[in-house]
Amino acid sequence: MHDAVFTEGSTPATAAGGANLLLQLAGELATGRIRVVDLTQTLAPEFPQISLPPEMGQCWPFRIEEVSRYDERGPGWYWNNFSCGEHTGTHFDAPIHWVSGRDLPRNATDTIPPEDLIGLACVIDCSAEAAADADFLLTRAFIESWESVHGRIPPRAWVLMRTDWSKRTDPVAYQNYDETGQHTPGPDAEAVRFLVEERQVIGFGSESIGTDAGQAQYQRPPFPCHYYMHGAGRYGLQCLANLDQLPPTGAMLICPPLKIRDGSGSPLRVLALVPSGVSPTAGCSAG
Amino acid sequence: MTRELVRPRRKNPVLRTRLPTLPPGGRSRVALGLTAAAALGRFELQRCRDCQAVQYPPVEACSRCLSVRLRWESQSGEGLLLARTELAHSNDLFFRERLPWQLGMVRLDCGPTVVVHLHGDCAEAPTRVRVDARLDRSGQAVLFAFPATETPNMADDPQLREFTCDPRFRKVLVTDGRTPLGQAIAESLVKAGADLVWVGQAEPWKQFPGLDALRAMPQVSIVPLDLTDSASVRELAAEIGGRVDIVVNNAEVHRTHGISDRQGIETARLEMDVNYFGLLRLAQSFGPALRARAADGPLGAVAWVNLLSIYALSNFPPHGTFSASKAAALSLSQCLRAEMRPAGVRVVNLFPGPIDDEWNQTVLPPKVSPAVLARALTAALKSGVEDVFPGDVAQEWLERWRDNPKALERELAG
Amino acid sequence: MADAAGGRPRFDYQGVVAVAPVTIPYVRYSIRTAHWFLARALGQLLQVSGLGKSAIDGLCVSSFTLAPDTAIGLTQHLGVSPRWLDHIPLGGACGVVALRRAARAVQSGDADIVACLAGDTNHVDSFRLTLSNFSSFARDAVYPYGAGGPNASFAFLTANYMREYGVERADFGKLCVAQRENALRFEHALFRKPLTLDEYLDARPIADPLRLFDCVMPCAGADAFLVMSAERARSLGLPAVRILSTIERHNGFADDPIQARGGWAIDRDDLYDQAGVGPRDIDSLQVYDDYPVISLMQIEDLGFCEKGAGARFVRENSFTWNGTFPLNTSGGQLSAGQAGASGGYLGVVEAMRQLTGVAGDRQVKAARTGMVSGFGMINYDRGLASAAAILAAA
Repeated sequence: MHDAVFTEGSTPATAAGGANLLLQLAGELATGRIRVVDLTQTLAPEFPQISLPPEMGQCWPFRIEEVSRYDERGPGWYWNNFSCGEHTGTHFDAPIHWVSGRDLPRNATDTIPPEDLIGLACVIDCSAEAAADADFLLTRAFIESWESVHGRIPPRAWVLMRTDWSKRTDPVAYQNYDETGQHTPGPDAEAVRFLVEERQVIGFGSESIGTDAGQAQYQRPPFPCHYYMHGAGRYGLQCLANLDQLPPTGAMLICPPLKIRDGSGSPLRVLALVPSGVSPTAGCSAG
Repeated sequence: MTRELVRPRRKNPVLRTRLPTLPPGGRSRVALGLTAAAALGRFELQRCRDCQAVQYPPVEACSRCLSVRLRWESQSGEGLLLARTELAHSNDLFFRERLPWQLGMVRLDCGPTVVVHLHGDCAEAPTRVRVDARLDRSGQAVLFAFPATETPNMADDPQLREFTCDPRFRKVLVTDGRTPLGQAIAESLVKAGADLVWVGQAEPWKQFPGLDALRAMPQVSIVPLDLTDSASVRELAAEIGGRVDIVVNNAEVHRTHGISDRQGIETARLEMDVNYFGLLRLAQSFGPALRARAADGPLGAVAWVNLLSIYALSNFPPHGTFSASKAAALSLSQCLRAEMRPAGVRVVNLFPGPIDDEWNQTVLPPKVSPAVLARALTAALKSGVEDVFPGDVAQEWLERWRDNPKALERELAG
Repeated sequence: MADAAGGRPRFDYQGVVAVAPVTIPYVRYSIRTAHWFLARALGQLLQVSGLGKSAIDGLCVSSFTLAPDTAIGLTQHLGVSPRWLDHIPLGGACGVVALRRAARAVQSGDADIVACLAGDTNHVDSFRLTLSNFSSFARDAVYPYGAGGPNASFAFLTANYMREYGVERADFGKLCVAQRENALRFEHALFRKPLTLDEYLDARPIADPLRLFDCVMPCAGADAFLVMSAERARSLGLPAVRILSTIERHNGFADDPIQARGGWAIDRDDLYDQAGVGPRDIDSLQVYDDYPVISLMQIEDLGFCEKGAGARFVRENSFTWNGTFPLNTSGGQLSAGQAGASGGYLGVVEAMRQLTGVAGDRQVKAARTGMVSGFGMINYDRGLASAAAILAAA
């Protein structure tokens, strides 16, 4: 990452302070005062997969084959082989995924600074808007209006766009294709530039397939979230679930992808730490 | 005269499902020439290239002039029924279960006297008949005599039905309904009297034309099926496997690449995943139930149809990886055929030339239309052949391949 | 010497006789092997003749169920070391053919005493196995058609014969009923109950027009006899029969589309010429009767009536041992049972018994000249082998 962007707001802790902090965290986790919310979809063959026009290369869907199950193939053990693309299920997008981020330093799953993989989350609730309009686009104005309630998005935060899209358990509704392609919500180009340039977010997360909207190939530039986020060395999270269980601010995201050499992304388990007393609907300044 | 087939009553569920039995399948190697032709729907006998005598039963040397230059040649099958008998007793389980059984002895116009299975509509001897070669349930060729002229409900002769895989009143799974071919197949099967046609749909979120027309047919039921997903195949087999009488595996991935014009193996791998591994998954999941139900009353499980390609015989380099995947599928289909044979379930392979579809957009005509291909499939089931080469291109390639496989390889390389 | 069909003179069988007809009692099924039956047959021959085993220097064997062995393997089983050995896989023609070949061996001095053995076992499943492996033509072009065995093939021949020559089922029935009557007087016959014409006509259908009593019943058993010089037979005190003439033909009339005649029709003049007798001189006829149509075919083809006149001949004659035309006086295979290759010997041993006056209460009066006819091997659509011999009391 570009260190200059993130110097502001970082508070170096003493060694003892850090240890205390972790002890305190462990205690809070043990008592449940800090809840762990799983933001991950289950990896299963039927989970919808990104589809490109058939003449193009395709990302593998998740597939699983039994190796043995206490049977003649292995009497005392059960295990499977699975296969999938880097962008299957709930997954992480590294900057190298997009052509705009291909030449950045530390842009692949194996070289991303590990400290980038834990951070605060701001959850922008667009569920009503997405329900009304599958092609809903998150705008700068919408974000600013959110900030007016919940405070300014801090640097190095994840911005998660809550659409409740993950509640669409029918794959057909989740993909939401018609003859003109996919219809899912996402940010517009100006909103992405605002988050990258003016809020220094660490990444953008969505509940649908793609951080960009379903019709984003018609935006300028096409797929602006991929283009600007990755072009600026930031990350993406897609196919997230349970965003409705997060507060607008105050949750901490843990999202390390698999350490694939030169990987463009990977399926992963995304966890959020949520302090108690912070209700999903309550406002709380993280500034 | 043969009575029209009526829908058999539902089976009594307290009775044991009968196990399949087979007619005697042993043959000498030379006699397999009859089977090779019958698999293609042809009736061929050996003719001596020196004295022109037609031979039967198959021999290693001409029984007239001792020449060993014998060639299998198509025969008209016209002949005179000399005698007939109704067998009321047999030493073989297969026939014991099907007695009485009509047999005839026919003097073919081309010379030999042949023993035949006799269509019930043939008149008393002496009478003119037409002899044709058919595959029996053990997959071997036998001769079958038909009345010289068409009779009503000829296909419904109960004895003839033992040699065919007529979809009438049967339940069929068509593995991919998203393509015009899949839809044409479903429609053709419905027209042929199939009771129920399950049509598979992978990636249900993708819109495809023709879905509404498929849904509009009351006999059609669209089911989720993705041949790349073992769990999906298993699940469908668990749901309907015990009721499917005919599997039509038409799912295929066709990309138009050779080796050099496409980097990497992803596309080729997808072709293999559907065209080869898809067949393997399907066979592992649906094969056992099909085998077990091969003798399940008058409408037991009878057939398995694979959509291969003429490119399975010899590689068409512009579609090189597709050809390879179909060659792999052909090889696997032979294994499937061997494993289905003990149950008498016929494995039918379709070898079309270019199908008139999106992936052959730039291939010059003639191309076989989905409707023609679908009709050829249904006709193959009705006649009980094993290998079908529908359309002019496939026929021509077959002849070239049989004539000289090496020459065809060079011709296809352009 | 008589002229053969080819014009060259044929040697006669002067000085050679057949003796010691023996039968190992037929049983429907046996758990024994063919070796067991053949060993017993040889033992019986020795017992009847008073010869030691070492005196047997010629051996001739016919059996369907000896596999994987043949005559040569059997020599070790039986502990004999013959200097002349033959294996004759000709089914219903094997008895006559064994007789004529053994006679030539003795006549030429290649062997002194030839034991001719035929026997088979019949396990519950052996008939089916024999059928399915009978011949490559049968496996390729007959067995897959209903696996009816010879029943189907003979159904065709019978149906065609009836249509062509106006034969009724009752005509066949008359032969079968008469043979059953004969069988009742033959201690080894398996069928012990009289048969009425109505029972014959109404029997269970097998392969239309054949019904149950048109078909032989496979069983186990053996028959055998010895061939030696007349001198030797005299010194042993064995009643003997002379061989007046024999014929053998294979795949005759190959171009007939369906079999309505057999090789006898080619060779019968030769048969009678060599014997110096005519059909009217024959006291009793033993024909191979796997199906009654074949009996009728032999009656015609051997010149007892014109071709196609068989039905009238049947209606004008009676066929019991004491009838106008004594036929298959031990019941034939139809009533005695078909013990595999033994079926080809049944007529030979019966003719020997009739001509040596040991046929007991089925003895044909003043039997001097008898004929035995054999027919065998439905390789594909017809019987290929035909053979016949005229025998006379010594």
